[in-house]
Amino acid sequence: MNRLILRTLLSHWRSRPFQIVTLLLGLTVATALWSGVQAINAEARASYAQAAATLGTDRFDSLQPRGAETFDQEAYIALRRAGWDVSPVVEGSLRLGGERYRVLGIDPVTAPASLPARPDLQGADLTDFLGPTGLILISASTTLPPDVDLPPVRVVEGIAPGTLVMDIGLAQTLLTMPGQLSRLILLPGVQGAPPIAEASGVVFDRIAPRGDGGGIAALTDSFHLNLTAFGFLAFAVGLFIVYSSIGLAFEQRKPMLRTLRALGVPLRRLMLVMVAELTALALLAGIAGVALGYLIAASLLPDVAATLEGLYGAQVSGSLSLRPAWWATGLLIAMGGAALAAGDTLWRTARMPLLSAAMPEAWHGAQARAQFWQGIAALGCFALALVLCFTASSLTAGFALMGALLIGAALALPVVLATILRIGAARARGPLSQWGWADARQQMSRLSLALMALLLALSANIGVGTMVMSFRDTFTGWLDQRLVAEVYVTASDAEQGRAIHAWATDRVDAVLPIWSAEARLGAVPISIYGVAQHPTYSEHWPLIEALPGAWQSVASGEGALINEQMAARRDLSPGDALILPTPDGTDWPLTITAIYSDYGNPVDQVMVDVGLLATRYPDIERLRFALRTADAPQVIEEARARFGLSSEQVVDQAAIKALSLAIFERTFTVTGALNILTLAVAALALLTAMLTLQLMRLPSLAPLWAMGLTRAALARAELVKVLALALLTAILSIPIGLGVAWVLTNVINVMAFGWRLPMNLYPMDWLRLIGLALLTATVAAGLPVLRLARTAPRTLLGVFASER
Amino acid sequence: MLTVTDLHKSFETAGQPLPVLRGVDLAVTRGECVALTGESGSGKSTLLHLIAALDTFDAGSIRLDGQELAGLNDRARADLRRNRVGVIFQQFNLIPSLSVGDNLAFQARLAGRFDAAWQARLTERLGLGPLTDRWPEQLSGGQQQRVAVGRAIAARPALVLADEPTGNLDEATGGAVMDLLLDLVAETQATLLMVTHSAALAARLNRRVHLSLGQVSAL
Repeated sequence: MNRLILRTLLSHWRSRPFQIVTLLLGLTVATALWSGVQAINAEARASYAQAAATLGTDRFDSLQPRGAETFDQEAYIALRRAGWDVSPVVEGSLRLGGERYRVLGIDPVTAPASLPARPDLQGADLTDFLGPTGLILISASTTLPPDVDLPPVRVVEGIAPGTLVMDIGLAQTLLTMPGQLSRLILLPGVQGAPPIAEASGVVFDRIAPRGDGGGIAALTDSFHLNLTAFGFLAFAVGLFIVYSSIGLAFEQRKPMLRTLRALGVPLRRLMLVMVAELTALALLAGIAGVALGYLIAASLLPDVAATLEGLYGAQVSGSLSLRPAWWATGLLIAMGGAALAAGDTLWRTARMPLLSAAMPEAWHGAQARAQFWQGIAALGCFALALVLCFTASSLTAGFALMGALLIGAALALPVVLATILRIGAARARGPLSQWGWADARQQMSRLSLALMALLLALSANIGVGTMVMSFRDTFTGWLDQRLVAEVYVTASDAEQGRAIHAWATDRVDAVLPIWSAEARLGAVPISIYGVAQHPTYSEHWPLIEALPGAWQSVASGEGALINEQMAARRDLSPGDALILPTPDGTDWPLTITAIYSDYGNPVDQVMVDVGLLATRYPDIERLRFALRTADAPQVIEEARARFGLSSEQVVDQAAIKALSLAIFERTFTVTGALNILTLAVAALALLTAMLTLQLMRLPSLAPLWAMGLTRAALARAELVKVLALALLTAILSIPIGLGVAWVLTNVINVMAFGWRLPMNLYPMDWLRLIGLALLTATVAAGLPVLRLARTAPRTLLGVFASER
Repeated sequence: MLTVTDLHKSFETAGQPLPVLRGVDLAVTRGECVALTGESGSGKSTLLHLIAALDTFDAGSIRLDGQELAGLNDRARADLRRNRVGVIFQQFNLIPSLSVGDNLAFQARLAGRFDAAWQARLTERLGLGPLTDRWPEQLSGGQQQRVAVGRAIAARPALVLADEPTGNLDEATGGAVMDLLLDLVAETQATLLMVTHSAALAARLNRRVHLSLGQVSAL
């Protein structure tokens, strides 16, 4: 019996192939976008975890020098002698053939046995590894440029992508860090040894292991949450297509279902077969969706990897692995989505009376009731959004606020449109325009889902677009303020740094050292930058909030400036006290005198007087300088010739700005791609809704044709109606999009990155989007309208046939 | 007023032409009320649709007030339907998105012949006065067909074509709708051509034309 029922149900699709294509397409696209984003996130997180495992920071405590990036290896020897079971590590980055690689130098003898990068002590590897030529271990996904002069390379498992593991001596040579170490891995089980500072003579911070992929995972959480939010939005928009396809199929299959029931098919059996049919379709679409998602993820991953490296310095493999868990999740999400979209239909089937109602569907009453409850739900969402506006204190709450705003807007859309259409109908003069307004209102119940999808896509587009463009404008302006010096120089070593300083002092208008120290404040890393007393800073540096005489107080050694993200994370304001740690273990008390904007920097930053910084942190690198000069090209040429500096070591302002902007643009490539994909899905939703609607429109249009309207006139009227609805939706999406932009710039950005962006308005962009929405609607309505204009009179006459 | 000569019409079925009308001849004078009867599949509705310029014919001629319908383009046929013909369907085919009042006035307004006084009188005659603000879905079958009759008559067309207008109604309701239709046709001096299966209804009209196997035949 089941087979017979299934065959009968499937016969519906045979006669309506377009419908099943729409259903499968919707589910495939929804699954593809969702699983594509999940694949990117999974790949990135796997890379973080692998990086942490390679470095050992996921299992072992580490010792890092306070206020410096490196320390003398004598301290390590002293600790070993004092009985501390520690293993040295040298870390740094190396640029080879334009690509940046992470260098990890280890001592294979003292390194923990479970460290993936540690070569087998019994194997031949160790001899090569420690031999005079050396050996570099890399992962299979890491490729090195062919023309660089490096020791032999061997591919091993368990090493993070983009990381070169080698003996500590080789790493010190390649990174130009003779006798220097970056940190120490502290092995468990040390007892009775003297305190570390006493034994080594260096103040170390002890860093606890992080099992979640390390600090990078925490830093990049917001980025991945952003991607997830976009993936979910695209998934939801795709589900609109599935929902409308399944709903239409149900309406058309109603008589068949009634007949089956009348012929004695039990309801339970019918439901079971319908669920089986749906599961099979969901599986089919799921497989196609996951495959498509893989392609999307593979094409976006290089940009994501570049973004993550640019923003957070996180190394992510640029190639995608096929993970069984990801396949399973993709299929589950396809089935979940199908269940969500079909739940209402299955429920209605279960409750459908055996005999059809004598009266035609009372759409006025039904629509009014549905809109009433939709309006109530929309108000509920808006109320929740309002509450979250004032109370949101986490990133998740920020996204909940955006979700409430978007869902509320989508629910409110049909109510608002119906109201506008009712007013339009009341004011219409001619019979055709009166019919047009009234008919558009009736069509709302069928088109509203597609229009809601369009509203969501357009709002997200305006919101994200406004955020990105505001960010770009702010960033450009901020770069202009921050990068005032004409030339930036980086010396190869401290001695050259001193020589450059001495030469430049006589050669240029001003030499501004860019010296910094790394430290930890309450276990969180901070950067401390030294700033010279010069109008370059006091006149240009972008301050958000400042006490009077902020710069003078920095120059006098009492004040400090902090970046916006530090102020937000630690709830600090000008006038608050700040106690910085120092390498000798003493406190460095300061007063915060100003807060400055510092876009794109994930780390908390403090600016103090450069002389004082050099005193408190005597070991800081003194390699970088900003030079003020009216003769930049000549100064650059002279510096290169005199000190043998490479083009990367001496750069002019324009080059640095161009590089910063290039990184910025790439950061939003993925967002832009997802934005366009979401809009494309919305266009698809509108197209499928229009095509399916057209099949149901003939009974409404045939009487008008019989009363003397040409098919072309009817087609025109249909097109105008869809365009009008799309236009209204696009106009309504502007305030919603601006709301989304406000949430992104003032709530989510603050929570995710710690900086607040000024929100600018871009009316030309809105006009472009309205044009795009109209184009989308024209494309979506074009085919159905063309088909209507060419409908054979016999088809229209079928509406009047008595056998209907 | 209406002259149909040697009219032929076929439909394609499974790739084969299926003749539905095989040389129909018919003449109706102005003001005449003619019943078109015949068994199912005899071509009654097809003939009505061709006269209403809803479809095109293969051969022959239809002349309405001297105007030949053969060769008219889509726009001209739409003009003819809008201005000179009123069609009443068995399924009522009201516009669900418009109120009863708007449905009643729709074709007259479309034809540019809306007359508020006539509209008011017509609404009263049809007994639809209290129902003008309602929606079609809120009316009974008889009430809906009265709206359809009113809509067809409102523009005062020269020719009213009715395709089994009472086929969906019970006898009493159907009789009342027929009374109204005949009264209004008489009042507007229109010509009526009505497809019906009912001999009783056919008997109430001036003349009866019987179709059999796509041809006019003697009873």
